[in-house]
Amino acid sequence: MNVKQLPWWATALVVFAAFPLVVTNPFWTTIAIFALIYMSCATSWNMFSGYSGYVSLGSAIFYGCGAYTMALGSIHWHIPGGAEQFWLVPLSGLVAMVIAVPLGAVALRVRRHTFVVITIAFFFVFQLAAINANFTGGPAGLSLALIPWQGNSFNTPFYYVGLAILVFAVILSALVRRSRFGLQLLAIRDDEDRALGLGVKVKAVKLTGYTLSAFTVGMCGALYAMFIGQIYPQFVFDPVFDVTVALMAFLGGFGTLLGPLLGGLILESSQQYLTVTYSNGSLYLILFGALFLVVVLFMPQGIVVKVKEMWAKHQLNKTPQLEGSTLAGSQKV
Amino acid sequence: MNSSALIHAVVDGVLTGSVYALMATGLTLIFGVMDIINLAQGILVILGAYLSYTLSVHFGVDLFVGLVFTIPILFVVGIVIERLFVARLKGPERTAMSILVTYAVSLVIEGILNEVYSVNQVQLQAWYVDRSFPIFGVYLPYIYLLGFILAASMLGALYFMLYRTRFGASIRASLSDQTSAALVGIDTKRVATICFGIGVAVTAAGGMIYGATNAFNASSSYDLISRLLTIIVLGGMGSLGGALVAGIMMVLLQDIVAVVWSPVWSSMTFFVVLVIVLSLRPQGLFGKLSARVA
Repeated sequence: MNVKQLPWWATALVVFAAFPLVVTNPFWTTIAIFALIYMSCATSWNMFSGYSGYVSLGSAIFYGCGAYTMALGSIHWHIPGGAEQFWLVPLSGLVAMVIAVPLGAVALRVRRHTFVVITIAFFFVFQLAAINANFTGGPAGLSLALIPWQGNSFNTPFYYVGLAILVFAVILSALVRRSRFGLQLLAIRDDEDRALGLGVKVKAVKLTGYTLSAFTVGMCGALYAMFIGQIYPQFVFDPVFDVTVALMAFLGGFGTLLGPLLGGLILESSQQYLTVTYSNGSLYLILFGALFLVVVLFMPQGIVVKVKEMWAKHQLNKTPQLEGSTLAGSQKV
Repeated sequence: MNSSALIHAVVDGVLTGSVYALMATGLTLIFGVMDIINLAQGILVILGAYLSYTLSVHFGVDLFVGLVFTIPILFVVGIVIERLFVARLKGPERTAMSILVTYAVSLVIEGILNEVYSVNQVQLQAWYVDRSFPIFGVYLPYIYLLGFILAASMLGALYFMLYRTRFGASIRASLSDQTSAALVGIDTKRVATICFGIGVAVTAAGGMIYGATNAFNASSSYDLISRLLTIIVLGGMGSLGGALVAGIMMVLLQDIVAVVWSPVWSSMTFFVVLVIVLSLRPQGLFGKLSARVA
């Protein structure tokens, strides 16, 4: 994100902000809320995994912890269903961050390949704990207080809180990308040993990145719990969530700012639409898996990079004389 | 707690653990040779179990005789997956991409299995599943003993192939260094493809025993793959001996904790051990430290 692009981002923000004013059908606004949640999660996933190259497949840990913080908080503090519950959203993000510190401290001791596997293993520990522990309500899950909002206006507050989380995630990701800290993460992705040799405190940098990215995902989990009103351990600690978020970032463009946003928007809207339209779960699995394969095999760098490449080629073809002259110039040297 | 329950736990742990060790060996072999993490291993185990199910229910083929068909079928399935999808992956993010690709493959297979066999749980049936034999004063179904013999002999065959044949030598060469192996004239691409096939083929046997000792459906694969992954991480990724030790250790530990403490939290103990081991030895029990290269 640089200054020249700012008008584009502002336009996009206005379009997103105006969306629920134009489209009031709850069918579409519900899809939009899920799209916002997943776009935020993909962006913050990318802020750590995309920049540092440490692919985490355990982001559902933070999503689930956020959801349970929201549910347990509103139940134990007797918060009535409604706007007051939104105060628990940032708290859920903080809880997710606190949980991320010890997890990251253990998981980040190893290099990339093993890190992926350990995050998966940790994820299953949390799922198992949520199913078996007493305070989580076990497999039956937890129900939140009913929210007394009616009709179309039910979705609107959720939409704007979701949008606020997304804006926060994008700004944070952009700031990290432009900062010294972000450069250190990128250095780790390119060559960790050399980065270490050049004085980057790799352990601290990785752990900070991992913890920061947990915050947004935790908030999204809390928003989800409040929106749905009922959480089950197998849905908030969902292995499909882990992989979906990663796929969104890969689809859009791994390590880019715009990529996860595009990936999240395209994938989550189509996924929600498909689930509602085709209730057959196994057919949906096959379709989703096939799409997944096509993306990874034919566009491994993602949409953003692919489009940039095509654009550059297009520009090159438009100006053949210029290309010829530079070639001639280089031959002289 | 009584002593016979403890003996039961230990015997079951060793017998069942060997089956997990077999399945994990396939996974760690694939990782060691190719730097590919095959997340589809769990669903392929279930595929193997369903193939045995079809053979025994619709064609009346004995479970062990059925392996003559299912092992080659899964070997071919593995080679097809490798040629079609995995071999196309290139670049620095290859390992991460392999996880996504094999996960996608497993989603497709899961969807197909749900369509074909429905989501109702089934269990493989045979006389040795129902009848038990006495061992150290406790009774266990024969399938545990037969499964152990099968897993042990397959592991033995695998180790013989790896350590006593010329092809095994080229696999081990690729395990320790891809580039050098290619430089001395080993066709590393062919080795990789065949290794993927072998790594997948062992799931046929593992799946048959798993299906005879547990009720299963396609979503049992999530539980399986999480166990198999933790086994290979604990053993050290790419270490064949590590997979063997960690596989038996996992089931043994779990069974003992279930008897001594509580069955609900027993599957958790292995993860706790994993965390402790990783804090002290990040490369796993038998892993190579040279795996530091990103």
